[in-house]
Amino acid sequence: MNNQPFVNTSPRVSDEVRKTTCYMCACRCGIDVHLKDGKVSYIEGNKDHPVNQGVLCAKGSAGIMQVNAPSRLQAPLKRVGPRGSGEFEEISWDEALDLAVSWLKPIRDKNPEKLAFFTGRDQSQSFTSFWAQKYGTPNYAAHGGFCSVNMAAAGIYTMGGAFWEFGQPDWDYTKLFMIFGVAEDHDSNPIKMGIGKIKARGAKIIGVNPIRTGYNAVADEWVGITPGTDGLFILAMVHELLKAGKVDLHYLAQYTNAPVLLHTETGLLMRDEYGKQLVIDRATGKLAGFDQKGVRPDLNGRHTADGLVHKTVFNVMVERYLSAEYAPDTVAEKVGIPAGRIRAIAAELARVAFDEAFELDQEWTDFRGEHHTKMIGRPVSFHSMRGISAHSNGFQTCRALHVLQIFLGTVEVPGGFRFKPPYPKPSEIHPKPHCKVTPGAPLDGPHLGFVHGPDDLALKEDGSPARIDKAFTWESPMSAHGLMHMVISNAYAGDPYKIDTLFMYMANMSWNSSMNTKGVIDMLTDMDGNGDYVIPKIIYSDAYSSEMVAYADLILPDTTYLERHDCISLLDRPICEADAAADAIRWPVIEPDRDVRGFQSVLCELGAKLDLPGFVNENGSQKYADYADYIVNHVRKPGIGPLAGFRGDGTNSGRGDVNPEQLNRYIENGGFFVEHISAGANYYKPWNAAYQEWAVEMGLFDSPQPYLFQLYVEPMRKFQRAAEGYGERQPPEHLRERLKFTLDPLPFWYPPFEDTQVDENEFPFHALTQRPMAMYHSWGTQNAWLRQIHGINPLYLPTKVMQKNSFKDGDWAKVTSLHGSIVVPVAEMAALNENTVWTWNAIGKRKGAWALEKNAPETTKGFLLNHLIHELQPPKGDGLRWANSDPVTGQAAWFDLRVKIEKTTAPVESQPNFATITSPVGQGPSELKWKVGK
Amino acid sequence: MHPAPSVIIFTSLSGLGFGLLIFLGLGLPLPTGITAFIYFALAYVLAVGGLMASTFHLGRPERAIKAFSQWKTSWLSREAWLAVATLVAMAIYGAGLVFYGIALAPLGWLGAFLALATVYATSMIYAQLKTIPRWNTPLTSLLFVILSIAGGALLAVQIPIALALLLGAGIIQVAYWIWGDQALYNSETNMASATGLGDQGSVRAFEPPHTGTNYLLREFVHIVGRKHAAKLRIIALILMILTPVLILSIDVNIILILIAILVHTAGLFVSRWLFFAQAEHVVGLYYGKR
Amino acid sequence: MTQLPDSTDRKLGLVIDLDTCVGCHACVISCKGWNTENYGAPLSDQSAYGENPSGTFLNRVHSYEVQPEEGAAQLIHFPKSCLHCEDAPCVTVCPTGASYKRVEDGIVLVNESDCIGCGLCAWACPYGARELDAAEGVMKKCTLCVDRIYNENLPEEDREPACVRTCPSGARHFGDFADPDSNVSKLTTERGGMDLMPEQGTKPVNKYLPPRLKDKMEEIDILAPLLTPVAVEPKGFMAWLDKTLEKI
Repeated sequence: MNNQPFVNTSPRVSDEVRKTTCYMCACRCGIDVHLKDGKVSYIEGNKDHPVNQGVLCAKGSAGIMQVNAPSRLQAPLKRVGPRGSGEFEEISWDEALDLAVSWLKPIRDKNPEKLAFFTGRDQSQSFTSFWAQKYGTPNYAAHGGFCSVNMAAAGIYTMGGAFWEFGQPDWDYTKLFMIFGVAEDHDSNPIKMGIGKIKARGAKIIGVNPIRTGYNAVADEWVGITPGTDGLFILAMVHELLKAGKVDLHYLAQYTNAPVLLHTETGLLMRDEYGKQLVIDRATGKLAGFDQKGVRPDLNGRHTADGLVHKTVFNVMVERYLSAEYAPDTVAEKVGIPAGRIRAIAAELARVAFDEAFELDQEWTDFRGEHHTKMIGRPVSFHSMRGISAHSNGFQTCRALHVLQIFLGTVEVPGGFRFKPPYPKPSEIHPKPHCKVTPGAPLDGPHLGFVHGPDDLALKEDGSPARIDKAFTWESPMSAHGLMHMVISNAYAGDPYKIDTLFMYMANMSWNSSMNTKGVIDMLTDMDGNGDYVIPKIIYSDAYSSEMVAYADLILPDTTYLERHDCISLLDRPICEADAAADAIRWPVIEPDRDVRGFQSVLCELGAKLDLPGFVNENGSQKYADYADYIVNHVRKPGIGPLAGFRGDGTNSGRGDVNPEQLNRYIENGGFFVEHISAGANYYKPWNAAYQEWAVEMGLFDSPQPYLFQLYVEPMRKFQRAAEGYGERQPPEHLRERLKFTLDPLPFWYPPFEDTQVDENEFPFHALTQRPMAMYHSWGTQNAWLRQIHGINPLYLPTKVMQKNSFKDGDWAKVTSLHGSIVVPVAEMAALNENTVWTWNAIGKRKGAWALEKNAPETTKGFLLNHLIHELQPPKGDGLRWANSDPVTGQAAWFDLRVKIEKTTAPVESQPNFATITSPVGQGPSELKWKVGK
Repeated sequence: MHPAPSVIIFTSLSGLGFGLLIFLGLGLPLPTGITAFIYFALAYVLAVGGLMASTFHLGRPERAIKAFSQWKTSWLSREAWLAVATLVAMAIYGAGLVFYGIALAPLGWLGAFLALATVYATSMIYAQLKTIPRWNTPLTSLLFVILSIAGGALLAVQIPIALALLLGAGIIQVAYWIWGDQALYNSETNMASATGLGDQGSVRAFEPPHTGTNYLLREFVHIVGRKHAAKLRIIALILMILTPVLILSIDVNIILILIAILVHTAGLFVSRWLFFAQAEHVVGLYYGKR
Repeated sequence: MTQLPDSTDRKLGLVIDLDTCVGCHACVISCKGWNTENYGAPLSDQSAYGENPSGTFLNRVHSYEVQPEEGAAQLIHFPKSCLHCEDAPCVTVCPTGASYKRVEDGIVLVNESDCIGCGLCAWACPYGARELDAAEGVMKKCTLCVDRIYNENLPEEDREPACVRTCPSGARHFGDFADPDSNVSKLTTERGGMDLMPEQGTKPVNKYLPPRLKDKMEEIDILAPLLTPVAVEPKGFMAWLDKTLEKI
């Protein structure tokens, strides 16, 4: 009966596969781009790539719809209508660049700080910051400040690295994986792959999140914590573990500053005359430098001098965390987790870390010269992202989490959390922030970095902030990533000073990337008495017709990710693995069909036209023809360039001369480069002599940099001391108390600021957003495939709230915060903390943006929570407006938001709704029948 | 199910057309000449018109001929063959009456049988579907067949038979509704069996796979409010059964017969609309809908 | 053609692990991409940038909340595509023979050039696995990537369905259920792979692995052995510490 039709089971798949790097989110997976007749026909994951090993998420797989999106900008644009109208005229690149130079050149010659250059979801920060530095403005940062700087900074200060780009769980050995506030996007494919690996082994996952979706949905145990209380929960577990003696004493003594002596009066770490931190050696009972060979640092050391008894960091920690303040029974109600459950989880952490400890037969030598025959594995690992980070207590909460993992001895050990090169890297060897402005000349050094005390703050001589975003000031001294979310409001207010030109890249500041969206729109369009815009000039670069385009005066259209060169550099946000250093490129696998240019190439040209050192040759000619030229030929330090692979004659890794063939070698290799760390060097990295040598060879460090994990972060104590009145640089009076309180060098918990400002009975609910796995920021909406998955975002309410207000799915609610109101559709969710409401992030769109029809559901039913969140806290009556940010790092406190919910009649559209922007690219077609190969 | 006009018109009109052919084939009545022509023309307009309407819901109507190929397994294919066979047999039989005044009685009986079989085959397209518990019952075939012959009897002006059949159809229609309202529940298919998650607790649909609509939702998920449905059922019964019966019980004349036929047909459309609109496809369970 | 084969040489299909699926929709889009460019007509989208976007997809991920009798509600992500049933009702109802089940591997396919778009197969399918493409007017369904799994133009390791190749969490497995030693057969046995709507009598080939039981951790009181206090006061703790450090 075999009269089946013939099926060609071996059709031609494509003419050619070109391997490059995805940019559909920040994960940076390797992709195989299939081409037919020179057009992209299919995109799948690159099986050889270290990040994704062949898999690819929904966003990455939908790349073809992004590369062909009707929302792509077509040519440079000059604003002709009022700001915000979306009315532009197309101009040539020559005109665009001349215009930009005519604005930027005079600024540089007189007041370079009057340029604020901020680059949102930029993946070339090492390049854009280099450009800004050569330009000479102190006002540069990317989007870290409103994203996850708390996580990054807390990790670096505590242990020389954090999660995601800094490190990963030891997926092959871990038996218990605990996640806190993990949005489903960051490090997306590696986390999913890891969860898959764990699940295949039947290992356990504990998910801590008020919302049970995604990773928390597959978690074996879900802890639906009350938002903003994670620090308290973590410290309660620390309390239990300490009380039961379930901490890794050997690890703490050897690899952390737990045994370092604290000066009992100053609270500073005690050091010898060479600056080495001092411990008591248990063998001798005497003072010793922490890194001396054979030293056995005593966790219970005590040193008496000048009538003062100096105790160890550990001793102070024990006193703090054993206090009843952190007992599960004390915190249970506040965190919304029964005390018995807190204990059960602490017990499970202890059981797996200690009872399931294992050994790897792997010799290694530590930095003290001591030889070990085995590596001890503690198979508990953690991961966390924005959920705990984006609170005003986020820095201390992230610190608490790092302290928990260190107490369990699970960092950089088999089965635990492992760093990825160039991390571990202690805060001391990161740059410090630089802000010295000289007209017509470069800045005195890199903009961003890690401060170690008041002396490192970015203050002018008169003590006023040197940077427009007030990063590295007393308001947020350790703001390692800058405060992009404050730029527009500060520039508008002229506080600390006025600027002339705002230059932004890939940041949707007039929409989902800002708090207080309406306010920001007003600031961007407001005029002074003379009829001039308060923020005089705005240059913006983006590949797509985002909401921000309408608010710029000059648009420099960028390419899509398949039409450009990029480097995913070790100097930047790397893509390494725990066992390997890796970097990657993007290259134009197709050519643009529009009059657009890669933004970085445009900066090369602008740099030359502005005569920026580093961008011109000695004869004044343009140094880098384009970004590709820069990637290959730029030398950051002798032998070190943006790409670590195939240097010199093509065989050198890490260090080596410029290789003109480098990009071709990357392309031949699948678009990436990997250099593995040898066995024996791949755990205990901060203290492992073999790893340290490898890192020097690779050019990650210039000399070995072993260090101790900083349970006690001394730089914080220095800020506290300044607030107590010590030292030359003194904080303003109104900040003293806050600095003393929040810059505690040991993690502690305080309620998120908004909790203390609202009447909790009036605003009973925490309101959160999550980014869906299938969408990235606002980009996904222009993607015809992805927007079908998430075209509407209801506000999810807990079942109890639905019932109490007799809501049905699809009913409308008025949601009000201290700052404003929105009217939005609601839907029920049972697997949700009962005091929390939430929605998907950045689904709501402005009419006229992204080449969508005006009545697209994203504009009529979609909404943003941003309208409810202000960049400033409400007035407290002290005449001051405090930033709605973490007081340590300045991280935007998105998740502090509290709201009330009222049922309301269905409006025509979700509220607030804004006037339609004229689309500079028209509207997309109504039907798609996509097929490249006919 | 989506109550598509094409399928409502198709099943209703072709049912009437084939119903009329049944009576013509049986010689009830046995007209000749122009009268026969009118009878047969009406039957063919209804039957063929209905069949034509059915092609409107095809994605590729130009390929409709291919639907004849799978008579071994497919009721739709069988229906196509039976319809053609009926139309051919009755065309010859009808030609005999119209042009020659001859009744080829055995051919008429064969045609009548084929017409009945056609209506049954149509009903089986629906009744065979386990996925739509409300349809997956012999009552569906019974209802289709009895409505077809009742309507046929009306058209054929076989008033006593028509009255009896209409009353019978009314009873079966009510029985179908009563049974049908419990059909999904009694089918054992529910969200627990659809998802296999029933052992773990009560299952509720959370997010749909896409926030917008899709073919499945458009085709299979149609929600008729309970009050609205009850009203329509009463209207259907009044129009399709009670009014024709009442009118024709009072008197029989051409005007009243015409009115009865029109009212019956209107009621039939309402009944058929409900037949589709109220039918719950089990795929709706995956969307938390019925 | 629409007669089902008595048996097939192989029974190719998928195991979908509901314990592992994180609901990322990667399989949905990867499938859309491959099947738009390959087998038959592209999967079209209507109102692609408009008010009511709606396209053809062969694989969609639902999500369900499950409320156990006690404890927190759970959320299950639930990918669904054609289950390539042994008793496929969609095949037998087809009037044209466009739908068929392959004798060699059991894959249920639509021969698009024979399809009249009557929709009856979609009516007969309890799982919503078939979607009529609005632009092409023919029925589309999962082909199990029949143009990948045997494709000699692809490297051997890539000869699996696009959804399986792309799945980041490894929640999808492809193999031959007729072979008791295949990965899919073993997973089904070990993890209690289940049929969807078994009462429909379709005998689906694809199996779903049920979610493992969740939230089993019992609350414990202060006297639990793992957390037996060594001390309650800092002073006592430091004394314990001293003793312990001596032993290290």
